[in-house]
Order: sequence, then C-alpha cells, then structure tokens
Amino acid sequence: MTPNLNLWLIPTLPLAGAAINGFFGKKSSRGAVSAVGLFFSGAAFAWALSVALRFSSLELPYQEYLAHWIRSGNFTVDFAFYLDQLSLVMLLVVTGVGFLIHIYSVGYMWDDPSYYRFFTYLNLFMFFMLTLVLANNYLLMFIGWEGVGLASYLLIGFWFTKDSAASAGKKAFIVNRIGDFGFLIGLFLVIQHFHSLNFSAVFEQVRPIAPETAGAGLLTAIGILLMVGACGKSAQIPLYVWLPDAMEGPTPVSALIHAATMVTAGVYMVSRSHLIFERAPLALTVVAIIGTLTALFAATIGVTQTDIKKVLAYSTVSQLGYMFMACGVGAFSAGIFHLMTHAFFKGLLFLGAGSVIHAVGGEQDMRNMGGLKTYIPITFSVMLIATAAIAGIPPLAGFWSKDEILWKAYEANPVYWVIGAITAFITSFYMFRLLFMTFWGDYKGINVDDHGHAHAAHGHSEHGHGEPHESPMVMLAPLMILAFLSLVGGLVGIHNAFQHFLDPVFGSEFPKAVTEGAGNTEWLLMGISVLFSIAGLVLAYTLYVAKPYLPQKIADSLGRFYSAVLNKYYVDELYAKIFVKPLVNGSTAVLWQGVDRRVIDDTVNNAADGARHVSDEVRHMQSGNLRSYAGWIAAGAAVVLAYMIWRGVAR
Amino acid sequence: MLNIHLILFLAFGAVAVAGAVNLLVQRHPINSALSLIAVMAALAGEYLLLGAEFVAAVQVIVYAGAIMVLFVFVIMLLNAGVEEETKGSRVAILFGIPGMLLGSLLVGWIVLRHSGTEAVAVGALPGAPNTIGELLFHEFLLPFEITSILILIAIMGAVVLASKSTVSGGGPAQKVNN
Amino acid sequence: MVPLSYYLLLSGILFACGVTGFLIKRNIITIFMSIELMLNGVNLSFVAFAAHWHVLAGQVFVFFVMVVAAAEAAVGLAIIIAVYRTRETLNVDQVNLLKL
Repeated sequence: MTPNLNLWLIPTLPLAGAAINGFFGKKSSRGAVSAVGLFFSGAAFAWALSVALRFSSLELPYQEYLAHWIRSGNFTVDFAFYLDQLSLVMLLVVTGVGFLIHIYSVGYMWDDPSYYRFFTYLNLFMFFMLTLVLANNYLLMFIGWEGVGLASYLLIGFWFTKDSAASAGKKAFIVNRIGDFGFLIGLFLVIQHFHSLNFSAVFEQVRPIAPETAGAGLLTAIGILLMVGACGKSAQIPLYVWLPDAMEGPTPVSALIHAATMVTAGVYMVSRSHLIFERAPLALTVVAIIGTLTALFAATIGVTQTDIKKVLAYSTVSQLGYMFMACGVGAFSAGIFHLMTHAFFKGLLFLGAGSVIHAVGGEQDMRNMGGLKTYIPITFSVMLIATAAIAGIPPLAGFWSKDEILWKAYEANPVYWVIGAITAFITSFYMFRLLFMTFWGDYKGINVDDHGHAHAAHGHSEHGHGEPHESPMVMLAPLMILAFLSLVGGLVGIHNAFQHFLDPVFGSEFPKAVTEGAGNTEWLLMGISVLFSIAGLVLAYTLYVAKPYLPQKIADSLGRFYSAVLNKYYVDELYAKIFVKPLVNGSTAVLWQGVDRRVIDDTVNNAADGARHVSDEVRHMQSGNLRSYAGWIAAGAAVVLAYMIWRGVAR
Repeated sequence: MLNIHLILFLAFGAVAVAGAVNLLVQRHPINSALSLIAVMAALAGEYLLLGAEFVAAVQVIVYAGAIMVLFVFVIMLLNAGVEEETKGSRVAILFGIPGMLLGSLLVGWIVLRHSGTEAVAVGALPGAPNTIGELLFHEFLLPFEITSILILIAIMGAVVLASKSTVSGGGPAQKVNN
Repeated sequence: MVPLSYYLLLSGILFACGVTGFLIKRNIITIFMSIELMLNGVNLSFVAFAAHWHVLAGQVFVFFVMVVAAAEAAVGLAIIIAVYRTRETLNVDQVNLLKL
C-alpha cells in the first residue's frame, strides 16, 4: 500500500513563503521576513527528508495526482508529481542546499534595503525549481523551467538600479529563451508522435523503439532539440554567455541558482529523458561533444579572469560540461553524482567567495586581495576544502565524481578522457590560483568607499573597513556544513553505491561488456588524474606564491592569444555583431518606426485628427443665428416632404 | 362658373395675399403689423364664405383685435425703427429660400393632383356658436380645459419675463457693439 | 362654387409668405409676425377641410390654434422685451451669443 506522501507540499511551502513575504514583507521587520523565509524553505527541506526516510517503503516510481489541468481529446496533462531515485536525489540537493543558502542570505543581505524582496524571490525560485524536479510530465517541468528562468532574471537584476545588473538579467532571460525554443519544438515532436507529455506514457512508448544507429531519426531530432534547451539553461556552448554576466546578482543567488540548482536543471532533464537519448546515439554524441568542448573552453577562460566570481562562473560552466560529457557517454548516474558533489563544493565556493567579499568590504578583484588567511581563517579553511574538492584531490567529494566521469568517458572514447584530463589539470590550476591570489601573500586591499561599485556589489553598508574581518556566524554555519559535505559527500560513490542506487532509474539496458583488466585500467587512470590535479596545484603555487612575477611575463609573451582568452575569446562581441545588432536595428526600423509609429500610432492619431477636423467643419452650423437655423429647418423640411411624397407617390 | 362665391373668394384672397406680400416688403415693423391686420380681416371673410361664423368672429376679435394690438403696443413700446440691413446668414438665403420654394411646389403639386374640381359650397358647414360650443364642452372638454391652463401659464410667464428685474445684477446687461 | 384646391392653394401661398418672411426679415418682431401669418394660413386650411368633409372638429381645432397663438404671442413678446432690455437691439443677427 503506497502511502500518500503529499509531495505537493514540497513546492507549495516555499510558494506560501514567497506570497507572505511578497505581500507583507515590505512593512515587516527583518526578523519577521527572515523567519518566514527560513521557515518555509526549512519546512520544504524537512518534508523532503521525511519523504526520503519513507522512501524504502514506496512502490516506485511514485506518482501523485494533485489537480486536473489539460484534458483535450486524448491529450492529458495534469498537475501531478513523480518520485523516483533521481527525483529524490535532486529534491534533497535542491531543498538542502537551498535551505543552507537561505540561512546564509540572512547574514549576507541583512543591510540591504530590499531585504524582503530578496527572500520573496528566493522562495519563489525554490517553488519553481521543486516543481521542475517533481513534475511528472514535460509540460509541468517546462513551467518550472520557465519559472526558474524568471526567478533568475529577478534575482540577477536584484539591484536593478544598476544598469549592468539590469542588462545581465535581460541577457540571461533572453539567451535562456533561445534554448527554450528548441526545448519547445522538441516537446511538440513528442506530442505529435507519442500523443502525451507524461513521463510514464512517453517512456513506455519509447522503450520498444530500436536505437537509431542507422542515422538521424525522430528520437535523434527530439534529443538534439532537448539538448538545445539544456544548453540554454545549463550554460553550454553556444548559449553559455549569460552565466558570467549573471554574477551581477548577489552572491547567494550565484551560489544557489547559478551553481547548485538552476543550471543543473538541464542535466536533470537530459537524465530524465535518458530513454530517448539512449536510443539516439547521434544525439548522445552531440551531447558529449558539446559537454567536453564546453568544459575545456570555459576552463581556459577561467585561467585569465581576475574577478573572483567570474572565475567561479566559468568554473561552473566547465563543470557542467563534465556532467554533460557523462550523460553523453551514457553514464547518466555519474553525471548526477557529479551534479550532487558540485552542488556542495561549488555552493561552498560561492558562499565562501561571498564571505571573502564581505570581509574586504565589497572588493571583488583578486588582484586587490591577498594574505587573507590570517584575517579570515575560517573562511580560508572552508575555501581550501572546497578548492581541493573541485580540483579532484582524494578523498574529497570532487575526486569521486570526476573520476567516475573520466573513467566512463575513457570507456566510450579515449579522446573524451584526454580532453577531460587536460581540463581537470586546468581546473585545478585556476582554482588554486584563485586560492593563492586571495589568501596568500600580502594584503593589497584598498579601503573602498560606499559609493562606487563596492557598495552595490554586495549590498553591504560600509563598516569603515580598516581591516578584513570574519563573517558572522549565520554566514559561517552553512559554510561549515557544506564543507563537511564536500569532505564526505563523495564517499557514497565507493563500490558504485550511488550508481546502484540510481540503477532502477537508468537501468542497465545496454550494459557495457566488462573488459578484461578493466579494473586495473581504472586504477591507472585514477592515478593519472590525481597526478594532474596535483600538477595544477604545484603550477599555481609556483606562479602565484613562489614566483609572482612570472604570470605577467607569460601573459606578455603570449601576447595576442592571451588577450583573446582574457576577453573571453570575443564571443560576446561576435554575438552582438551577428545577432544582436541586426535584430535591434531591424526591429527599430521596421517594427518601431514602421509598424508601431506609422501604422498603429498614426491610425489612432489620424482618426482623432479626422474627428476633430470634421467637427470643426460641422461646428459652423451652430452659429447662434436664428435665421440660419430657420434656413436649415426649411431646407430640411423640404427634403423630408419630398421624400414622403416620393414614397407615397411611388406606391 | 363665375359666381359671386368665386368673386368674393378671389377678392378676399387677393387682399390676403397682398397683405402678406406687403408684410415682406415693408421695412418698418409697424407697416408690417398693419398689413397683417389686413390679412386677418381678409381671412375672416374667407371663413364666412366657408360658413364658419364663430371662427370668423373669433378671428376678428381675438386675432386681429387682441393679438395684433399687442404686437402694435410692443412695437411702439420698444420704439422699433426701420429695419437695419445686416448680412446675418447666407444659409437662410442659400438653403432656406430654395427649400421653401421646393416645399411649396411639392405641396401645390399634390394639392392639384388630388383635389380635382370638387367644389365647396358657400356656407357649406355652418359653424354656429352653439354647435361649436357643444363640441367644445363634450368631445373636446379636456383640450379646452388644458388650453385655459395654458393661457394662465402664459399670463404668468409674460408678467415674469417682461417685468423689470429688481434683483441686483439680474440679466447680463451687455451692450452690443456694432 | 369654389374648388377646395383654391382654398388650399391660398393657404399654401400664405404659409409660403410666412416662411419667406421668417427667413429674410431681420427685425425680431417682424419675424414673429411671419409666424402668425403661417398660423393663419394653416387655419384657413383647417376650415376648408372641415367644410369639405363636413366635420365640425376642424373649426374647433382652429379655435384651439388661435388660443395657443395668443398664449404664444404673449410670452414671445415678453421674451422679446426682455431680450431688448439686455441686448438693446431688435436685430436678430446681433443676438448670437450661443455661437460655438
């Protein structure tokens, strides 16, 4: 007997929090707003935990019907929820990390004048993300998909009075929409051929279809289109350009949305649709190639960036590339594993960066930091743990998940492994570079005034910074919890326990033949990747601690190539030239001047003018002159008389 | 066909038309008023030809004897002079006159088409006061009473409108600038 | 014996003269008198028809027309006096404050 889990509570609790804070938050005290925000996100987390505890007694997949939505002929889409191991993992990650970030935000955003608005949007985001994760059909998932895009826009542009923040929000939303267009076309194809959007219905119909090894077919088309949507949401090539700009938002937003949860929605969606992808090898290859290239590409850009949050942004793009690489070689559970560990250490990195920024009074340029390990030791320790985790140093979380991916990539095609390993080296290098530039050496900080970007950058009021200081406990506690998770979170990967947990979802339909000596190869590759990570650490140490004059010399010698990387390979400029400018010009000339001004405005204006002119002419009848009135009456009477006579005579 | 009835009709008719035209032609209102009195007298004669004795008597007593006298009094009271030649409205001449001509022609055409040469005898319908009275107080009692109230209202209205206003600042006293 | 149409034509001529007077005259009292002329013309028409159809109600109606004309003349002349007092003119072209 499957108990009723009341899954609908999980998304709606944060929605209630958003509504309460949205309507009443403006007049409420900070304490009240915080209490509401924390209570509802915490309640969602608690409920998710209770679901997890009861998980073993469930018959899976567990579906819960909430309300009827679309019933159109044979096509049915309802508000219904779907729970299986994959959803459970996503659920726990989203609610857990989300709740921690809510706690952190209480401290980080305390001095911001729009405190209540932040928590409203944050809770709203949680609602949409949880809808996305728990949906039992593609359409409800798409609603969550769009909703998180909306929340992202609202939160990136949180300080909307700042032009760059407002533009960044717009950019994020618009680039996302391009991806969503592909997603929608994919959904239309699904509806057309499978007559439903419910996961169970669609997958049941997909299961008997043979893999399209001969070439591109329906499933390949659907797969590629779904991947386009994922590229937009999860910032892969070519739609990644919004993520670095999204760093304009407050740091907790970057941590929650652009590291731990929203950007992983694409990975979740691809994993959820794995049945389709497994039967479309071409689509899978596209996924893998995009993921791999993105991982390498973003990592190279991350090497040159000087803004601490931008480095982390490109790092996120790169790690997402790893997840797609995993999905692309069919190792969906490895991708999800990395998603989980990434949420831990990337969330930690962002929150730690926020703590650093708070400590130095709003400065985000790493060249103005340094030597902070003596000033902010706790932040330093957690950042160290997180950096080690992302670099893949055993036995931290990142090592387990990244290695799993690299191994599966090697099994599919060694080229993927080579690129992945090189990227791992570069990742380790730029992450330790970040660490060393921020925490080693001498403090190069300037006291930043409250006007100028420092104040706006992190919503802090000036403390009269003379010296960097540690963050309050409310910010440090989530850091420590995430640090703990980064330490032990990877251990669920031992003996492929995590993969076995997700087996009922991803199934071993196409089991790969276990080759002889596979175990030894695995150890060998593991060793090589650890070596690469340590090499990255050593290189970073050399360049940024031991011989700090070197980086500039190397940059100079690389000349043009270096400045290209520094300028993100001029991709934004390229897009602006090819897409944005013609579109804006065309829109101005045709739609604004032509249609809006000349057709719509002029029609209305001319109608009004015409009415006025006509009335100006007719006005002369009202002359106040008795005789002219008499004249009109006489003439009118004659006309009426003539008409009556004509009618009468005609009979 | 030339009987006394027709001759009298034409005589009275000629006087009536002459008076009407004279009303149009004269420039001083008092002359027009006197012409109108002539018209009314002629019409009284026409009524007699049709046998409407009571109506003819009332025409002379009320219309010519009271209403026109009132007109003459007002003309003298206001010291109306010769009419000024102002060009007030082109419409009146441009549309009104043709309209009036068209209407008249249409009516005339209809009349001539339909009425033929049926004659009306002299004194065809004697309208003696007692017969009129009977009608007035039996079938037309309500209109009769209402008209008496109408006259009452008219009296009151005339008194109010024409009295000199004793309230300060009554009526916009705007001199006309020529 | 006079045909009915002769009476009606005479009535029409008088009415037409009244309308013309209304249109071309400038003195307000003269215009008023043209109205009376019109009413007279109509009265003649009523009486003529009454005689033609032997219906006495036509003459009764003439009686009512005269009553109404009397009332109207009284009130109308009172208004003319009031207008003369304020505008100091009897020229109807100069009483045009209602011009838009």
